[in-house]
Amino acid sequence: MIIQVDNPVLEVHDLTVSYDKNPVLWNIDFSIPKGKLVGIIGPNGAGKSTMLKSVMGLIEPQSGFVKVFDKDLDDVRQRVSYVPQRESVDWDFPASVLDVVLMGRYGRRGLFKRMTKQDKEIAMASLAKVNMEKYYNRQIAQLSGGQQQRVFIARSLAQQADLYLMDEPFAGVDASAESSILSLLQEMRAEEKTIMVVHHDLQSAYEYFDWVILLNMRLVASGPKEEVFTPKLLQETYGGKLTLLDSLSNFIRRKELPIKG
Amino acid sequence: MKELLEFLSLANANVRYVVLGVMLLGASTAVVGSFTFLRKKALVGDAIAHSVLPGICLAFMFSQYKHPLVLLIGAFISGWLSILSIDIISKKSRIKSDTAIAIVLSVFFGIGILLLTYIQSTGNAAQAGLDSFLFGQAASLIREDVMVLGAVCFLLVLTIYFFFKEFSILSFDADYATSLGLPVRFLEVILSTLTVLAIAVGIQAVGVVLMAAMLITPAAAARYWTNNLTKMIVLAALFGAFSGLFGSYISYSAPKMPTGPWIIVCITIIAFVSLAFAPERGLFFKWKRKRSKEINTLDENVLKIFFHLGEQENNMFAARKIPALQKRRYFDEKKVLQSLKRMMRAGQIEQEDNTWKLTETGLVEAKRIARIHRLWEMYMSKFLRMPADHVHEGAESLEHFFTPSMEAMLEQDLDFPETDPHDKPIPYTVKNEF
Repeated sequence: MIIQVDNPVLEVHDLTVSYDKNPVLWNIDFSIPKGKLVGIIGPNGAGKSTMLKSVMGLIEPQSGFVKVFDKDLDDVRQRVSYVPQRESVDWDFPASVLDVVLMGRYGRRGLFKRMTKQDKEIAMASLAKVNMEKYYNRQIAQLSGGQQQRVFIARSLAQQADLYLMDEPFAGVDASAESSILSLLQEMRAEEKTIMVVHHDLQSAYEYFDWVILLNMRLVASGPKEEVFTPKLLQETYGGKLTLLDSLSNFIRRKELPIKG
Repeated sequence: MKELLEFLSLANANVRYVVLGVMLLGASTAVVGSFTFLRKKALVGDAIAHSVLPGICLAFMFSQYKHPLVLLIGAFISGWLSILSIDIISKKSRIKSDTAIAIVLSVFFGIGILLLTYIQSTGNAAQAGLDSFLFGQAASLIREDVMVLGAVCFLLVLTIYFFFKEFSILSFDADYATSLGLPVRFLEVILSTLTVLAIAVGIQAVGVVLMAAMLITPAAAARYWTNNLTKMIVLAALFGAFSGLFGSYISYSAPKMPTGPWIIVCITIIAFVSLAFAPERGLFFKWKRKRSKEINTLDENVLKIFFHLGEQENNMFAARKIPALQKRRYFDEKKVLQSLKRMMRAGQIEQEDNTWKLTETGLVEAKRIARIHRLWEMYMSKFLRMPADHVHEGAESLEHFFTPSMEAMLEQDLDFPETDPHDKPIPYTVKNEF
């Protein structure tokens, strides 16, 4: 069940990715329509984060390519925004909330340029969207997990992009923060933005997203949630890894062999 | 004393060079080192510092002349080679990066010592002073050295100034910086180059063995005093400069002394003072915080006894002796007395001879603690589904941590219950200041 679309916002073509010569994603091939809330669903170790990272060019794929707005990522960086996992940074860094959100403006401002008043206004407006404006001067180490998550989302909003890739934005946030983040994402969708979210909770996934990607090292499904959320496909995604894929990738890792076509 | 005044007056031209040079050096390595510290690359810094030695020796052997610029180039090349080696080893082999650092450090330093010994054995007159590169000899800096040093330090600080926002995002979240399209690879190369330069230029004064401390310690000390990156870097620079001043004074007054260790002793003392006494993060303030919480807990527990006894006898304002309090719950007599006196000063307790009783304010506070205790017990049995005989212990310790707003949440979530799980009434006061 892989539904390809015309004029996709994002096209991932035959992407294979390895970590330490250990393939973790096999021939991922899908496309995403504009203005959707897209959930990336799969068990632990399915390669969900890895896929986002390779879309953002943080990991060099073994083979395949990614097109964003029908262009190479480097030509449209300003239109794409990435929210890494909260645990990926050390929050004891000497910075305030506003400092971190302003980082979202660095790409637009370019090298050597100072932040302007306009940048600060955009950063503050982004903080307001996640209800964190009164914390702008707070040292980031003092924030709770949910607040840190919202700061990361605000930083991403400050980029004013059209496509957002978010890695577990609901992890570690309480129920009320989760629903306010969700309604923010829905507002963004109403503005024709496309948002892709790595999500681990199957229960809420159906309710949250319009389009769902099921992933477990290989692509199981990609399409409107009504068509993808079938017992058979979910069983395929969560019913364990394909043993052959696992042993093949282990073999390649042990022998330290490069994969070449 | 006379010596110190003479030194501080900077009357002697050579002293001026040395002091200026070492202070500049201390400040600019601290600025560069702040990023090394924040990127958690302190050990790489140490490896680079040790690895510049073979470069210096080879540069000297080829040129047969101890010109600072030539030695700097040699140091720079071998420093960079060490970074590349660490990178290649940890990426291309199964060796993890900590081991790669250890290997590179010892191999490069070993080769350096080998070359140094060789140079010394050839008895070249010009080699005099080359061994001061091990532990540094600030007093041996001459005008030529300081010119090179000054130029490099200026370059370092200027580069950091221009790339400040890029280096800070690189240190905090390199993946995100890449996703923004910033030239992260390029920035990393620039930052590594600055680190190597800072080290290469500093070794004559501090020596290869201790140079890493010069890089990292000022930043580590400064981190204790502020949460602002710019302030932290300025503070680190001041610490570095001051240690440089101190070290060069020692080097001047006791020429036989190597300078490096003295500079490091000075910066390390600054670091220890920061560790111990910095507000918020310092150990002393942490200890004080803990201590005042302990006192607070004791006072609250004593108040609670007055409340419990008063509840039992239906007389909240009865005067009581200390043994009567101890009977209910054992307290150290001296501590209990201190606690009572403290609360007397706070107007919560009154004394009559050797008996003590609650005041109106004391009762409000005592009720607050008992109320939180019982509400929390209620909360645990209702929301955490704990049986009634399991909830007391937890409430006993957590009751001391509730802020007014948390208490309000507790009351709301439970909808102001009448009694606790043991059917004791929950003592509400008339709506007070909360």
